[in-house]
Amino acid sequence: MLASDDDILIKAQDWKAAGKGVAIATVVETWGSAPRPVGSHLVIDEDGNFLGSVSGGCVEGEVVSEATDVIADGKARTLEFGVADETAWRVGLSCGGRIRVFVERVD
Amino acid sequence: MRLDLLKTLNEERKARRAAILVTDMASGEQRLVKGADIAADPLADLLDQALRAGKSRSAEHDGKQLFLTVQAPPVRIFCIGAVHISQALAPMAKLTGFDLTVIDPRTAFATPERFPDAPVLADWPQNVLPGLGLDQYTGVCLLTHDPKIDDPALIAALKAECFYIGALGSRKTHAKRVERMMAEGFGEDALKRIHAPIGLDIGSVSPAEIAVSVLGEIIAALRKKPLRVEKAA
Repeated sequence: MLASDDDILIKAQDWKAAGKGVAIATVVETWGSAPRPVGSHLVIDEDGNFLGSVSGGCVEGEVVSEATDVIADGKARTLEFGVADETAWRVGLSCGGRIRVFVERVD
Repeated sequence: MRLDLLKTLNEERKARRAAILVTDMASGEQRLVKGADIAADPLADLLDQALRAGKSRSAEHDGKQLFLTVQAPPVRIFCIGAVHISQALAPMAKLTGFDLTVIDPRTAFATPERFPDAPVLADWPQNVLPGLGLDQYTGVCLLTHDPKIDDPALIAALKAECFYIGALGSRKTHAKRVERMMAEGFGEDALKRIHAPIGLDIGSVSPAEIAVSVLGEIIAALRKKPLRVEKAA
């Protein structure tokens, strides 16, 4: 079953309560045919477990790996993904859209 | 995000109350505004618009780039009356993303066979509504034509300040309904909130066409008019 946004943020709280490092990724901007709407969440724990989605599978791997750094150093960052510029975006969206994702640690 | 903000966000969601998380994209600074506190907030207009649209979005204020994470409770619709119009409205509401439940004490009408798309409660509104927590993100359609069934639901909906209350029946029927509600102690302002006769005036004839007009009216009540600002607890 698809996880609703309800489950996702509750999972973040549960992981934190269990003593895990946790990061929340949020789609803050989209251009073109982005697969997930602004406000969509992906939550990640320090072991790389995750719930939710920011792109329907295209860039989750990259977000999860960046989230591990965010959990480690506590610095929030904004990631951009798209197909327009190969040098600026390491991971492309197959649908041709672009998205900006804000990743922050739960403290 | 601070853990206390995350906890509050989850608590508010569970309680079916609106909340907006405001993030300063440059500094990462965050604060949470509960639905009840929006009117008094310096960003009141911005937050109210975002909540009405029900969508998270970026915004600019005082030269600062902000992101608003909007958490609006899912909209629920209760149809009083397991009638033809409800049968058409149930699948349409489902497509629209509204959570619709049918309530009717007449067990011959209120059967799951007649409503494959929605839960059906074969009971009196006054028995089931108190346990369902009517609120400002709930709409109520009164469709039985029978005051014995409709009125208790109408009273509950008016008290809960439901965002939409629609009542089937002619203007004459509605005039009598208004009289009964005045006898119950409701004032003119409260009674003006009842959409009667129910549905947008699009010349609907069949039950399905009436259902379209009702659904349109529900969407307009949700999106067009300012949300009734939640009262501070």
